[in-house]
Amino acid sequence: MGKLIIQDKAVVVPGETLAEGMDYLPGAGTYRLGDKILAEKLGLINIDGRALKLIPLSGRYAPKRNDVIICKVIDVTFGGWRFETNSAYSAMLSVKDATSDYIARGADLTSYFDIGDYVVAKITNVTSQKLVDLTTKGVGLKRLRGGRMIKVNSQKVPRIIGKQGSMVTMIKKATNCNIVVGQNGLIWLSGEPKDEVTAVSAIRMIEANSHIKGLTDKIKDYLGFTGEVGEPEHKEYEHKENEHKEYGHKEYESSQNDDNN
Amino acid sequence: MGYAKRTNNRGFDELRKIEAKTGVIKNADGSAYFKIGNTAAYAAVYGPRNLYPKFLQNPSTGILRCSYNMMPFSGTGERVRPGQSRRSREISLVTEKALLPVVDLKEFPNAVVDVFIELIETDAGSRCAGICAASMALADAGISMKDLVVAISVGKVDDKIAVDLDYDEEAYEGGPVSDIPIAIIPSTGEFSLLQMDGEISKEDLIKALSLCKKVVPKLYEIQKKALSEKYTKSD
Amino acid sequence: MADDLKSHLISSFEKNVRFDNRGLLDFRNVVIEYSVSKNAEGSARVKVGDTEVVVGVKLMIDKPFPDTPDEGVIMVNTEFLPMANPDFESGPPGIEAIEQARVVDRGIRESKMIDLKKLCIKKGEKVWIVSIDVCTLNDDGNLLDASALGAMAALKSARFPEYENDEINYKTHTAAKLPMKKQPVAVTVYKIGKHFFVDPSKEEEQNIDARLTITTTEDNTICALQKGGDCPLTLDDITKMLDIATKISKELRSKL
Repeated sequence: MGKLIIQDKAVVVPGETLAEGMDYLPGAGTYRLGDKILAEKLGLINIDGRALKLIPLSGRYAPKRNDVIICKVIDVTFGGWRFETNSAYSAMLSVKDATSDYIARGADLTSYFDIGDYVVAKITNVTSQKLVDLTTKGVGLKRLRGGRMIKVNSQKVPRIIGKQGSMVTMIKKATNCNIVVGQNGLIWLSGEPKDEVTAVSAIRMIEANSHIKGLTDKIKDYLGFTGEVGEPEHKEYEHKENEHKEYGHKEYESSQNDDNN
Repeated sequence: MGYAKRTNNRGFDELRKIEAKTGVIKNADGSAYFKIGNTAAYAAVYGPRNLYPKFLQNPSTGILRCSYNMMPFSGTGERVRPGQSRRSREISLVTEKALLPVVDLKEFPNAVVDVFIELIETDAGSRCAGICAASMALADAGISMKDLVVAISVGKVDDKIAVDLDYDEEAYEGGPVSDIPIAIIPSTGEFSLLQMDGEISKEDLIKALSLCKKVVPKLYEIQKKALSEKYTKSD
Repeated sequence: MADDLKSHLISSFEKNVRFDNRGLLDFRNVVIEYSVSKNAEGSARVKVGDTEVVVGVKLMIDKPFPDTPDEGVIMVNTEFLPMANPDFESGPPGIEAIEQARVVDRGIRESKMIDLKKLCIKKGEKVWIVSIDVCTLNDDGNLLDASALGAMAALKSARFPEYENDEINYKTHTAAKLPMKKQPVAVTVYKIGKHFFVDPSKEEEQNIDARLTITTTEDNTICALQKGGDCPLTLDDITKMLDIATKISKELRSKL
């Protein structure tokens, strides 16, 4: 008979035994060794029926198709731009994916994106060798002007965005800051200096407490926010493989729908 | 006669006092501090990240690169000259080999995971402390790992087998001493680091390695606690 | 575009708000721990916000320099460990590390805080060498002030090892301290646009126009200066920076 060794939502470390016997199935972030299932990463365990899944608590961003990321121009080539993506891999944006404008051959590409510019872009393709292609065609995909950037643990990004963007929308409304959250853990903010400070500390609170219950209320209290949070009844923290698709801002949702058609 | 009582009053299977923490280097993707007795190591992990020069890249997997270094004032005698020595390079190599069996970097072709180990003070067992810290730092960095790696030294002092030798025991003059640093993968019991200085019989070596296994669960629990601590504190 | 961040920093500074909510002349929280490495004759770990350094002092015996046969020797070395910053590389110290070591060295040497004559064992043959090694653990800006403060703390905590029959026994330390008379403290004042500030974060440090490191002793005597950054300073700038440094140095010295 199979036996579960850990509880749902437990924090586990690599090599830790999660279950014994053949009744349970090793899901993402876990593996079978003999008749045991062990953890393969530092993470939270999610028990879904007989499947054991591990939600990572840390780790650098790994580029995925359809992710909207914030990246920095590091090179301008004949046919486009190379970007640093806050991951192990750089990404390419070709002229044809950058804009619907007509760009003449040999035009000065730096007048669109110059070295050092931060750009919101969507990943269109990732090869097995991790060549990453980007597009900046789509609503909300653009060069970021002014403002400042912070880095967060990319595993906490879904929590910072919240369901349907509820969390980040609340922070935006409460602080009057413009905020763009990249799936790759870069967050851009622009507002009044004191307001930016408030927004950053709210984001840091979410990052540090992403695993606790009632986080939305906690952040709401911190911000002194009185409006509707726009989030359905608070549910247990759950993480789906495709959670990045819940990327909240309306503008991105629409561009994603276009892509699916 | 023989070595009836350890010079440090510990039991023969007793470890020195251990202190372990993670997340100690804010810039790093993962980090840890591991102190056993008066031997203390910091480890910081950066990556997976870009690897240059390009000829070092491996298109089928990410690579692990370890660097062991003693701070100039950390040694038991004179100042250690900064920079790499033959000793530090060899320890970097065996550290890498000790960690490699558990680390899975297939998802990161052409990339590198850098592990920097710095010893702030040493009183024997520094490579083992470094490996313990590095293994925790890798887990803290969210690297995919089959297990943590636990490392400790064991040895024979005169006629007795003891774990976690300190500097005084390594320098014991009343009889032959052997010092055997090992690393173990707890879930399989396999050894991923095995070195020895001194002399020992085949039978005693097997005994020593078996004694070592006794302390592995204790070390694993300490590493586990340090890793999960920051996520399990209630608020 | 790189100027985007700089102009954003400046507009924030106009309102006397920094990205981490500090005022322009606020230092981050400073924590000093002493004797963090048992084998060193003296050691300290200094945290300034998220910036962290460890400094160790080793005492050795060697020949004096021929031009100062009756004086001990001070050596300062800085290692920008690759652990501390993803941009630091392994290998011999780069120019930034060398500059920093020399600025720390100058503060200690020129203040005459250590009575070097008292470090002479036998004129022309044997003197004590005071070797100060600064190792960076985490770089979030202002390594320089943190290192100078760490060097002072490590020197304060240093005890001579036992020395008998021409041999040092590093295993036993005596109660004897280094012959110290003063406590020089380095404060670097930074300039972006027309704004002066201290203790930069990494982000601020990367966008400065100029900096001036000012090392002073208890009686406000200036014992070392180092101007850095790409822009020149006016006499008026320098006057303002000296005033700021004198004030902040008292705060820092009180933490020792």
